[in-house]
Amino acid sequence: MAFDKMELRDIEVWDGNFAAAQALRQCQIDVVAAYPITPSTPIVEGYAKFLADGYVEGEFVMVESEHAAMSGCIGAAAAGGRVATATSSQGLALMSETLYQASGMRLPIVLNLVNRALAAPLNVNGDHSDMYMVRDSGWIQFDAYNPQEAYDLNFIAFKVAEDHDVRLPAIVNQDGFMTSHTAQGVKTLTDDAAYNFVGEFKPMNDMLDLDHPVTHGVQTEEDWHFEHKARQHRDLMVTVMPKIQAAFDEFEKLSGRKYNIVEEYDMDDADVAVVCMGTSVETAREVATEMRAQGIKAGVVGIRVLRPFPFMEIAEALKDVKAIAALDRSSPNGAAGMLFNEIAGALFNTDTKALLSGYVYGLGGRDLTKAHLRDLYKELQANADAGKVTTQLQQFIGVRGPKLAFL
Amino acid sequence: MANKGWDEFEIGAMLRSFNGPVSDVALTHQEDRDYSENNSFTASVADWRIEKPVFNKDYCIDCQFCWIYCPDISIISRDKKMVGVDMDHCKGCGICVEVCPTNPKSLLMYSEQTDEEEALAAWPSKETGEK
Repeated sequence: MAFDKMELRDIEVWDGNFAAAQALRQCQIDVVAAYPITPSTPIVEGYAKFLADGYVEGEFVMVESEHAAMSGCIGAAAAGGRVATATSSQGLALMSETLYQASGMRLPIVLNLVNRALAAPLNVNGDHSDMYMVRDSGWIQFDAYNPQEAYDLNFIAFKVAEDHDVRLPAIVNQDGFMTSHTAQGVKTLTDDAAYNFVGEFKPMNDMLDLDHPVTHGVQTEEDWHFEHKARQHRDLMVTVMPKIQAAFDEFEKLSGRKYNIVEEYDMDDADVAVVCMGTSVETAREVATEMRAQGIKAGVVGIRVLRPFPFMEIAEALKDVKAIAALDRSSPNGAAGMLFNEIAGALFNTDTKALLSGYVYGLGGRDLTKAHLRDLYKELQANADAGKVTTQLQQFIGVRGPKLAFL
Repeated sequence: MANKGWDEFEIGAMLRSFNGPVSDVALTHQEDRDYSENNSFTASVADWRIEKPVFNKDYCIDCQFCWIYCPDISIISRDKKMVGVDMDHCKGCGICVEVCPTNPKSLLMYSEQTDEEEALAAWPSKETGEK
């Protein structure tokens, strides 16, 4: 092929954005159509530079908006290319219409979503509002907690998305700034090992197959729409999880790094558990270890795969705990919170009678500190000891002013 | 196509135009192409039409203007000779009549119910410009 390979050290110091850009280079993306938005911009800038410097054989399409960016990705994917882009927040909001097109058309695009709050008020910092906004859009969603995982999950995302039994687009989430702009040691794959893991792109129903003309993006009404949506949902419910597990297993063989659909930390004998996503998982793990030194059997459950939601896996992970905290980093705006609801749904018909409480935290990049989590674990232990939730079911952590609690 | 279950079709919002592979499509007349049932060629949209074009070959000079301008590829022409109108796909827009350069015109719009024989029998004569 007509591009140069790059020699990487075994461990490079990369932030999450550069790690994702390197993964896009190593996957040899054919087309990136992108529009810049903080904090995701360096990912597509990175790809563009690799392309300009001759490290990728591909095409960078500059467009006028995120709606156009995803539309360009859809066209390129339908034509039969390996396609990726990146965005955040308002950009994802503008893209949201086309996200449903991509998944309904079964196009294996990979979107690096660097999580950021949604205006108003305008805010460039990290929370999970954008991730939550498109959770029903039919995309697979992975969640990275640090730059290493942002790098690794890109390879896994392409491998799963492009599988002909799957053919669904995938989002790789990472926390804005906390992951995207925080440089850490990232263990690398060689260019050959990375590309071999993802494999040659295998087109399916591609428009450039001129001997088999296809019309993409057709219209259906009440006679067909339901069957298409049902098929897509069925594939997400049945096909995708085993493929993700297989990709995790194969990636572990290649790299030694083990990923799980639900990431359990000290859950074997845990009485109290925090369920959360993003960088908060790592903070919670540190605090859980501290709490164990104080006699509280604390554990952490991190969501690695948000869509399809690991309904069975989460019920299994939480089956023996006495009190659970669901941490939502997005304002539910009039509901109990996504993780609270999903966990409640997963546990409701089981024998697990754990006490579940929800917490809203970290909006607009507000820190979730270890002190917050220490208090939270103590509250969970108090719930477990009392045999009932001693607080209201939904509380806000880290917001100024009189305490906010509901339900 | 109708009444298939969710597990009985190819994934994606995608339809195939032809049954099996094709080659030289551009050089094959529509009626000789192996269109699939999903292709619009097999579907009639004649009922969209309120007025229809009637073709009078007596005045046609085979200039092909109507063939070029028709937005629905509904003018049938073979070897650069105007044959007629594809009445399954014509939507009655009247552009062919508008662009027809002959005097009198070789295509005129009539209400959908008009009998074609009667229309041809009562075709207007050449305009002299001496109004």
